[in-house]
Amino acid sequence: MTVGAGHTHALHRPGDSVVHRLPAHVKIVVAFLMVLAVVATPREAFAIFGLHFLLLVGIWVAARIPPGWLAARSLIEAPFVVLAVLLPFFAAGPRVEWWGMSLSLDGLLAGWNILVKGTLGVLISVTLAATTPLRDLVSGLSRLRVPSMVCVIATLMLRYLEVIAAEARRMRLARLSRGHDPRFVWQLGATVRSVGSLFLRSYERGERVHLAMLSRGFTGSMPAFTTASASRVTWSVALLPAAVGLALAISGYWVA
Amino acid sequence: MEPQTDLVAMHMSDGIVNAPTSLIFGVVAVLGLAVCVARARRDLDDRTAPMAGLVAAFVFAVQMLNFPILPGVSGHLLGGALCAILVGPYVGAICVSIVLLLQALLFADGGLSALGTNITNMALIGTFVGYGVAVALRRFALRSRAGLVVTAFVAAWVNTVVASLGFVLEYAIGGQGLALGTVFGLMVGFHALIGIGEGIITALTVGAVAAVRPDLIYLTRSAAPSLQIKSQGVTS
Repeated sequence: MTVGAGHTHALHRPGDSVVHRLPAHVKIVVAFLMVLAVVATPREAFAIFGLHFLLLVGIWVAARIPPGWLAARSLIEAPFVVLAVLLPFFAAGPRVEWWGMSLSLDGLLAGWNILVKGTLGVLISVTLAATTPLRDLVSGLSRLRVPSMVCVIATLMLRYLEVIAAEARRMRLARLSRGHDPRFVWQLGATVRSVGSLFLRSYERGERVHLAMLSRGFTGSMPAFTTASASRVTWSVALLPAAVGLALAISGYWVA
Repeated sequence: MEPQTDLVAMHMSDGIVNAPTSLIFGVVAVLGLAVCVARARRDLDDRTAPMAGLVAAFVFAVQMLNFPILPGVSGHLLGGALCAILVGPYVGAICVSIVLLLQALLFADGGLSALGTNITNMALIGTFVGYGVAVALRRFALRSRAGLVVTAFVAAWVNTVVASLGFVLEYAIGGQGLALGTVFGLMVGFHALIGIGEGIITALTVGAVAAVRPDLIYLTRSAAPSLQIKSQGVTS
């Protein structure tokens, strides 16, 4: 994972499309609504999920994100696929024979449910992350009335994340170069001692950062985030895909 | 870091629980966090932002660190009990929540609609249960370093298992497919194993910190004797 220079991140894909230019708080709201719409769609409405996907394809075209780029980055969902695959074997209810395996119908549906909603959810999150730089994301959160303390903590965390992660990488490299190769739980000693030192170094850095802030006039509150507001026109255009998604979810109850 | 295989200790994705359940736990998470933000100010006053920010960066970095559970299966630290023992439950819960929030928004790790359930399980339940266990064993922890290390292990193990019970509860309310007994068995069984890894790392990390800066450990901090001024003259 690389988080560079405090304003780009692993999933960000800089650009200047319509989607990139939207204010971050608008995009966060739209992404949450679209994910909710996907989750609220009944699992038997198979065709509706295809339409949800087409809606996303439309957004990718507008944002000029190539499909290959997206596919590589949505592999993050791989772990939970395990649960979806297990479901047909463990669930109760009527069963079907398929290639000599006895599968539960209900489990198949539940597995499909997690797989399709999880995949669409990841794709929506990746789209949001791809089109929004890090700093905008936090100021977008502050515009959505997330308490200022949470936003300040998040900003500081993101600012120092790369420092701490690099420190962790250096300690790991140092361990490896001294022949450390843990394979079992009982070989964890060296690793956890470096977790301990990492905590100490982080905490003591926090103390230094606090002193540095004090010496620059910090009085306990941070200057407010200034972000562009969104006009009513921007909101209504941006909310359009979310509205389509919600309409799809509702129509799913007739289809199913 | 090399490519990782996080087969366990994963965040919930979208679609595991239904929309109403996601919304309910979203509200639970927001309310819980609001309480934590108010109480964290009391713990740290004007140091809150930088300290919590750096501890959150630490949690994020530590979650990138994999440890072996069984050959071929690795997990990563969740850090709830660790944070609670080191910086207190309120700051700890905020740090873990911010990590989860940014993982969902920046790295698509954990579904957006599952953010409420993930924060409830890992940040709120995990941290507070872990801390509750640690406080219950506090007398033991104060006695010796070994006591502190054992306390940390138990707190982290219970934290992991109870956080997985949070998942079972959410699945019971809004999940489909599996019988509840099966979910219970799978989750608790898995997390009893993961909890051992979490417990060992937490225990040894707390031990390593206690060896160098025992004054930093929130759990035992208030018990440290404050300096006394003695007015007895020096006799030669």
